[in-house]
Amino acid sequence: MRTKVAITGIGIISSIGKTVEENFHALVSKKSGISRLENFYSKHVNDIKVGEIKHTNEELASLLHLPLEHSYSRTFLLGAYAAKQAVISAQISDINELRTGLISSTSVGGMDLTEKHYKSYDAHPEYLPYIKSHHAGDSTQKIADYIGLKGFATTLSTACSSAANAIMMGATMVENGLLDRVIVGGTDALSKFTINGFKTLMILSDTDNTPFDQNRKGLNLGEAAAYLVLESEYIAQASGKKILAYISGYGNANDAFHQTASSENGEGAYLSMKKAFEKAQIQPSEIDYINAHGTATPNNDLSEGRALLRIFSSVPAFSSTKSYTGHTLAAAAAIEAVYSVLSLQENCIFPTLNFQTPMEEFHLIPATEVYYTPIEHVLSNSFGFGGNCSTLIFSKDL
Amino acid sequence: MEALKQELKVKIIDVLNLEDISKDDIQDSDPLFGDGLGLDSIDALELIVLLDKEYGIKLADPKQGKEIFQSIETMAAYISENRTK
Amino acid sequence: MYYISKYICIQQGKMWLNGSLYAESHYTEFGDLMKDFYKKFQINYPKFYKMDDLCKLAFIGSELLLKDENSKQIALLFSNSEASLDTDIKHQQSIQNVDAYYPSPAIFVYTLPNIAIGEVSIRHQLQTESCFFVADKLPVTHWIPYTNYLLQNHKAEKVVCAWVHKLGNNYEAFLYLVEKKGEIEQTEQNINELFK
Repeated sequence: MRTKVAITGIGIISSIGKTVEENFHALVSKKSGISRLENFYSKHVNDIKVGEIKHTNEELASLLHLPLEHSYSRTFLLGAYAAKQAVISAQISDINELRTGLISSTSVGGMDLTEKHYKSYDAHPEYLPYIKSHHAGDSTQKIADYIGLKGFATTLSTACSSAANAIMMGATMVENGLLDRVIVGGTDALSKFTINGFKTLMILSDTDNTPFDQNRKGLNLGEAAAYLVLESEYIAQASGKKILAYISGYGNANDAFHQTASSENGEGAYLSMKKAFEKAQIQPSEIDYINAHGTATPNNDLSEGRALLRIFSSVPAFSSTKSYTGHTLAAAAAIEAVYSVLSLQENCIFPTLNFQTPMEEFHLIPATEVYYTPIEHVLSNSFGFGGNCSTLIFSKDL
Repeated sequence: MEALKQELKVKIIDVLNLEDISKDDIQDSDPLFGDGLGLDSIDALELIVLLDKEYGIKLADPKQGKEIFQSIETMAAYISENRTK
Repeated sequence: MYYISKYICIQQGKMWLNGSLYAESHYTEFGDLMKDFYKKFQINYPKFYKMDDLCKLAFIGSELLLKDENSKQIALLFSNSEASLDTDIKHQQSIQNVDAYYPSPAIFVYTLPNIAIGEVSIRHQLQTESCFFVADKLPVTHWIPYTNYLLQNHKAEKVVCAWVHKLGNNYEAFLYLVEKKGEIEQTEQNINELFK
């Protein structure tokens, strides 16, 4: 008999706030986190807008009570900050008293520091420790160390669906009794590497992003970190702690079409949603709100829109919160999971900012106002380069 | 114009890693995308970089590429008119 | 219990299938080596030439592993220790020089390790579940329970577990296919033995 997977803690830092409360407040006040890049220089600074967290690395290190002499990348700093919040939110006092794990995801890793010092390593050997903090597994290990975790820790990297896959994997392990509880999520910082790379793919917008709008120009990159604590339902109930929501369904499928573009009829997206419904054993008609992937690229929104129309006979209220935070890459599915939990807790649908003109190809209009209504089930999509499509379903009760 | 067309064929093969094609295989009016050489959206972006790097032409909107990159013929005509290098 | 029905090793210019030498190339340069195997196996897939080194390695390995497979229900679990660092370095070099600044979209596309999974999925039209782990060494302790879970719950009929490593001049690949029937039991000990 498989145990149900309860969410008992959440932690987040994004361009719209460094706590769960701040993020929620921004969402319902329609306060966007999109701005001009300030934390480092880029030649593209006037051609792009970003979802930047307005805290320097020094400020973050100070908030984390870390020593000044360190080789901590921004990816780690953001991740540690959010993971710590999640652990506190789940009322965990001894993190190793149960079989506990950490599954973290990232695409940038320590890139923000290695690129800063790339030209200087020969002349400045004191920067060499930054090279060790470059690889994707390093931030995970350091986050585990920071929260005092001695158990299972691993790193996933599947681009923009990474955190969804981390959540899926964590849920599977708890369901099958391989872990009692697990901290899952992702973290990514802004870096020149990603800004320059996305610029060359010509999918960055020079204005605030407009998901599902006919005149959408592309995405805004963002940075963020978020983690959820998942526990076996029995353990959560036995401890008497509050269960925030359940992970009732999930699915992952490959679009098998192109390295970066989505297929025209959204096959991968359709399949991941279908699998999530099969796992959750609920019907599409039971979904009250969809947090879409909605990056505002011409390609994604068309492909995802088509997939939604294929699987839902009547598409429920949906929105893209990337209009607030930008696209935070490996952290996206994690912050959107936190927003899905908030939607369930507060019975609230969050709007898509900046929407003006419906897309010509079909009749799909995202929610544009904050809207309070009973919410029982939320679906969240995250699609990554490499055709990796993931869907999560969150439920209030099971 | 002839020399430019030949030059383009060689450059395209190199930049797009079309290893099993020689420049004699590409006719001036062959469609580059779709059924012709079967190039995709990433190839189109690489051609935009090529225009900038080799000929000093900056395209702001990737959609302009659709017209310009129809064939070697159309590419050469556009470059002749707009090159700054 | 599930079984390993087939396994491939690529190391030092040689390809091994189920423990026996299958193909060999005298090329030492990685690009030439992969091209040599591509031609030897008479593959006709021009997109191969656009792939980065990590994807070429994964592609060639899975080409042989999935050669006679008809099933489309094959899940993909890939892993390495360096993610896409080999190509990341190439991208970094292209944005380094302020005066000759021409980042390549084709290179940037490959600065994510899971594109290797994408390429194999596109080639074999596999719309299955997949994941990429970054780990110090062969993540057998993750792979075995994940594989069991996928097969027991009928999420896939077979699973490919692949360690695909390419950084600078160093490369190695170890891929194996797990299913209901096969010669070798899927145990940690057996897998580590095969990899040696």
